[in-house]
Amino acid sequence: MQLPSSQEIIDDLAFFDDWEQRYQYIIDLGKALPGLPEEARTPDCLVKGCQSQVWLVARNHDGRLQFDVDSDAVIVQGLLALVMAAYNDKTPKQILDFDIDQYFQELDLERHITPTRGNGLRAIVAKINGLARNAVH
Amino acid sequence: MSLDVTALRQQFPILKTQIDGKPLVYLDNAATTQKPQAVIDALVEFYTTCNANVHRGSHYLSDEATRRYEKARTTVASFIHANAKEEVIWTSGTTESLNIIAHGLAQQLQPGDEVLITEMEHHANLVTWQQACIKTGAKLVVIPINEAGELEVARFEAALNTQTRLVAFPHVSNALGTINPINELTAMAKKVGALVSIDGAQGIAHGGVDVQAIGCDFYSFSGHKLFGPTGIGCLWGRQQVLEDWPVWQTGGEMIADVEYQNTTFGALPNRLEAGTPNIAGAIGMAAAIDWFAALDQHAIQTHEKALLARANELAADMPGMRLIGTAKHKVGIMSFLLDGTHPADIGFILDRQGIAIRTGDNCAQPLMKRLKIPGTARASFSIYNTIEEVEAFFNALKKAQTMLA
Repeated sequence: MQLPSSQEIIDDLAFFDDWEQRYQYIIDLGKALPGLPEEARTPDCLVKGCQSQVWLVARNHDGRLQFDVDSDAVIVQGLLALVMAAYNDKTPKQILDFDIDQYFQELDLERHITPTRGNGLRAIVAKINGLARNAVH
Repeated sequence: MSLDVTALRQQFPILKTQIDGKPLVYLDNAATTQKPQAVIDALVEFYTTCNANVHRGSHYLSDEATRRYEKARTTVASFIHANAKEEVIWTSGTTESLNIIAHGLAQQLQPGDEVLITEMEHHANLVTWQQACIKTGAKLVVIPINEAGELEVARFEAALNTQTRLVAFPHVSNALGTINPINELTAMAKKVGALVSIDGAQGIAHGGVDVQAIGCDFYSFSGHKLFGPTGIGCLWGRQQVLEDWPVWQTGGEMIADVEYQNTTFGALPNRLEAGTPNIAGAIGMAAAIDWFAALDQHAIQTHEKALLARANELAADMPGMRLIGTAKHKVGIMSFLLDGTHPADIGFILDRQGIAIRTGDNCAQPLMKRLKIPGTARASFSIYNTIEEVEAFFNALKKAQTMLA
């Protein structure tokens, strides 16, 4: 399944009026991500959170950054899908210009991506931004 | 007499909070307890009426602040049945208390010495001793637990020997809820002459701590797990041991005479309390103890047992629920896993229903590895929780199970 764009996700989520549907949508988005095979989940691509773990593999494809991500928790995987919609297959400049906080605010999910949450999402965002900065230089 | 939980809850303003339009069900009490109005008032009253630095009495406010601050020490001392108030050292919490002990121990340990801990330690009661051992070449010996999460007492006893310098164990396990037989363990360790340090972070709120009856050398605890403020805690130590204990931080307050090349340190308790202390915190902690000690202890213990019993009953009916920690003697801590779901996901769905629990490694990574699990979800009950809240928690869990299936 092709991941919807970040704007499509904002529109989709605004459509639901109860939280269960919203979470179900996020879970389903996560399930649509290809994930990473067991052997690719190596320690060097592990981003550790104390509640859940996430893995990130990045590559530069003709000036666009592409990512494979995975998590051991399905809602975190869903939140990763939201992040992927914003960042995957984008140029470093597009990544750096994207306001992720604003995005999560529009999704009404900013509580889940605060630095205090130990789910590794904030760390993934920081890592992707770091890769984008390196690619620009 | 049974506990009037409704009246008790009225004293906790935060319990009226709504999360996303749903009433807060606070089941993260092992992380920190909520504060009654009496504690909040004590903090406000201190800053409003008598804020000044202590032990520098050249004016009225300083005298009054010092009087209340030292009275707070007496309150703690009598709460835990200390022999003297000088045995109560204010710290920032259990972690700092344990660090004071470990720091001093590291100056005494030698290669060949042994420090005993258990498999159920919180990182605060593990990394501290581990680092002291690394520095000195002493050996850290870890006593196993059984499948229920109880300490293997016979193995503990067998591991004790004349090289054992210190034995450290929790009163109550934060991850498993297990209540350790602290009197028995202390008596065993004392037979070989080892120092005994008890991590009381989880034990203190369950009442009835009598350090003299236990017979240990150190008992450490935090105010914030006992309905008091954060950033304040205590190290209780036996006077004969603390008197010569290596000083921790140095600076003001802890000295007797200072010259450029030499300092004579002060007497207990000040010698282990450098700098301006957490005065408001100490007063707030004493207010929490006064508040807690005035409750009918039998009634709150009965209530806590009833909460755990109801939770166990509902857990038994919950398909796919695996309890982590099923000790015979345990407090109201329920760590668990649900088949096919990740604890973090359970946390998300419960949070969305207003239910606050802990998910993750419980600050006990080696224990999680020992149990071969990545972490747990953990609900921990306190005296202001109700049977209805326990039921709401299980209803929310069922919803999580359906959504995550």
